[in-house]
Amino acid sequence: MERLYLISFGEIALKGENRPFFERMLTQRIKQVIMPYDKNVQLKNVHGRIYCFTQAPKEKVAEALKKVFGIVYICPAVSCENNIEDIKNTALEVIKEQDYYGKTFKVETRRPNKSFPLKSPEVNAQVGAYILSNIEGLKVNVHDPDIRLDIEIREKTFIYSEKIPGPGGLPIGCTGKAISLLSGGIDSPVATYMIMKRGVEIEPIYFHSFPFTTDRAKEKVIDLCKVLAGYSGKIRLHVVNFTEALKEIGKNTPEEFLTIMMRRMMVRVADKIAEERGAKALVTGESLGQVASQTMEAIAATNEVASMPIFRPLIGFDKIEIMDIARKIGTYDISIEPYADCCSVFVPKHPKIRPAICEVHKAEEDIDVEKLVSMCIEGIEIFDVTP
Amino acid sequence: MRQVYLDNSSTTRVSDNAAKSAFEAMTLYYGNPSSMHRKGIEAEKIIKEAREKIASFLGRTANEIYFTSGGTESNNWAIRGAALSLKRRGNHIITTNIEHPSVLEVFKVLERQGYKVTYLNTDEDGFIDINDLKKVLTEDTVLVSIMYVNNEIGSIQPISEAAEAIKSYNKNILFHVDAVQAFGKIDLVPALAGIDLLSVSGHKIHAPKGIGVLFVRDNANIEPLIYGGGQEKGLRSGTENVPGIAGLSCAAWEITQNMKEWKIKMKSLKKRLKDGILEKIPDVVLNTPEINSAPHILNASFIGTRGEILLHALEGKGIFVSTGSACSSHKGGASHVLKAVGKSLEEQDSAIRFSLSHFISEDDIDYVIETLTEEVCEIRKFVRR
Repeated sequence: MERLYLISFGEIALKGENRPFFERMLTQRIKQVIMPYDKNVQLKNVHGRIYCFTQAPKEKVAEALKKVFGIVYICPAVSCENNIEDIKNTALEVIKEQDYYGKTFKVETRRPNKSFPLKSPEVNAQVGAYILSNIEGLKVNVHDPDIRLDIEIREKTFIYSEKIPGPGGLPIGCTGKAISLLSGGIDSPVATYMIMKRGVEIEPIYFHSFPFTTDRAKEKVIDLCKVLAGYSGKIRLHVVNFTEALKEIGKNTPEEFLTIMMRRMMVRVADKIAEERGAKALVTGESLGQVASQTMEAIAATNEVASMPIFRPLIGFDKIEIMDIARKIGTYDISIEPYADCCSVFVPKHPKIRPAICEVHKAEEDIDVEKLVSMCIEGIEIFDVTP
Repeated sequence: MRQVYLDNSSTTRVSDNAAKSAFEAMTLYYGNPSSMHRKGIEAEKIIKEAREKIASFLGRTANEIYFTSGGTESNNWAIRGAALSLKRRGNHIITTNIEHPSVLEVFKVLERQGYKVTYLNTDEDGFIDINDLKKVLTEDTVLVSIMYVNNEIGSIQPISEAAEAIKSYNKNILFHVDAVQAFGKIDLVPALAGIDLLSVSGHKIHAPKGIGVLFVRDNANIEPLIYGGGQEKGLRSGTENVPGIAGLSCAAWEITQNMKEWKIKMKSLKKRLKDGILEKIPDVVLNTPEINSAPHILNASFIGTRGEILLHALEGKGIFVSTGSACSSHKGGASHVLKAVGKSLEEQDSAIRFSLSHFISEDDIDYVIETLTEEVCEIRKFVRR
């Protein structure tokens, strides 16, 4: 009898020739998250699954693996020899670890190893009968059981009754790197999470505008990065000192265009950093129509100054849906801390809602864009944030 | 960078001597004052001496001094303890609408529990009218709570007149005074005449945080808030904070010994700051009253800026101030005090509180005025509301 975790990965299994690459990324990440609890963790790639052998406490393992993109299910399992007596006894042990009293169960056997003498239904029947006769307070229900006991007969037999869902997606880093524009708000961390889930390594950038926003707002963004780093491992945060640029824009732009000008400046800076850091895309938390700067026209105006694609995973989401995800991934409580994010001061009374691109260009005439971008880039502060 | 700390109404730097006293209490006299052995008696002695000292500063006796965890606990205990013990005599309690949250929130709780609460209004300078108080006293009134010095704008309430009005109406009504911003800063009513309960906080007078005093007149019965081992004559259980008490005793001694001198110094600094602001910066509204205000508090609105931004701009230059009170600054929203004294939204939004200490120099004030002038001018360019 040996304890292990069976880790299944959904989407990766569909990959063709690249599959070993994805699997390697995934195993690396799994090792990384379990190592702090068990330096001797062993991983084995078998039949499109990963077997994880570790002495780390089960809660720690489950908690860590639940945050590894690429994993669809984690099953804490027990393995035994391929003989029916061993199987029966092990199955009984596994059930006993459950909170079984007053519940129903069924046994579900798969037998890829056809050399095993008993057929699946026979194993179901024998193991089921054995459990029933040895445990009180448990009944059979083959249609809708509370507990499903899975038996897989392969080179060895694996028995498990728990299936912990993972986050799905693709392993971090396997699809490249992107720069995410992180504010202290609710949306941008969620957008960042969603792009991370597609296997993208993220380097967030935060535009700090002290004294118009407090240093606590910066701490808040660092805290958000800590949560996100729980899913990806170490995150490199770039904090741009945006104050002087903001002042220039404030002085030289017609008020109604302030927000658009700010966003264009932010995208330009992010684009530049992306280039330097070898990132291939930008990520923002925009959702269509949520505020004046998130209309099609305004989005087009920000798009124009980017040399690389801007991913907007929340574009079709409602605020409620975004908040739900934020709660689920653990960023919500940090996001709602009351420190004003990016300069609530520089909000025009009547922002231009549908700016024509020629108007935007005209509004920008009096700004030395190049100078401001390099000014922002110069003063960057870097934080390496770990979970 | 030069640092000027002007947030002394939020908290003060612990004085070297007070820190030394606390340190000695932690490392040398660390016994539990309730223990029977010598170590315990040493610690008990510190408390006894501190109690006597503080009593003498208040012009009262040691058996009327109770140590608490600070101003908030003192206020909570005084009000709840009094309301609870006098429940049978009546359920009407009175306070003002510019009290500190540690008073107002307790009144709100009592209101929900069925007490009838009267909140006295203040005039535009933040003073209550004694006639208003006289009018609302009733047969059912059991407690009146009025702060001595307002923590946001510095107005000094007519405590003596209030005490007289209350006691001449009915001497059984308990009178609580939150003196957290007053103790050591202004002359209190001699021998606390007419005051039954009085709160003091350590960290506002250069003692450590986590220690405070509640004065309870010897014939006033109030219910305890914290039960347990029966310390403080059974009225405030819990092992005494000996280091805090030692620090408080020392700081209280220093502040009362030097009060005259420090008061004059702070008054002159405050005047220098006020005059400088009014001279150099246009569109300023003073929220601190011209007369009868504490020597250490100056509150002003810089129209066309926002308090929070100005605060951070000054912070960037090493100057630490606050917008209204630090206790409510995490909650966002405007100051209830400025609102209560009838300040406009714009005035509330652009208010800054400067609170002084004797550590500040004239040079510091000049630096503040100069920096303030620059920053206000800069911010006014951008804040367009």
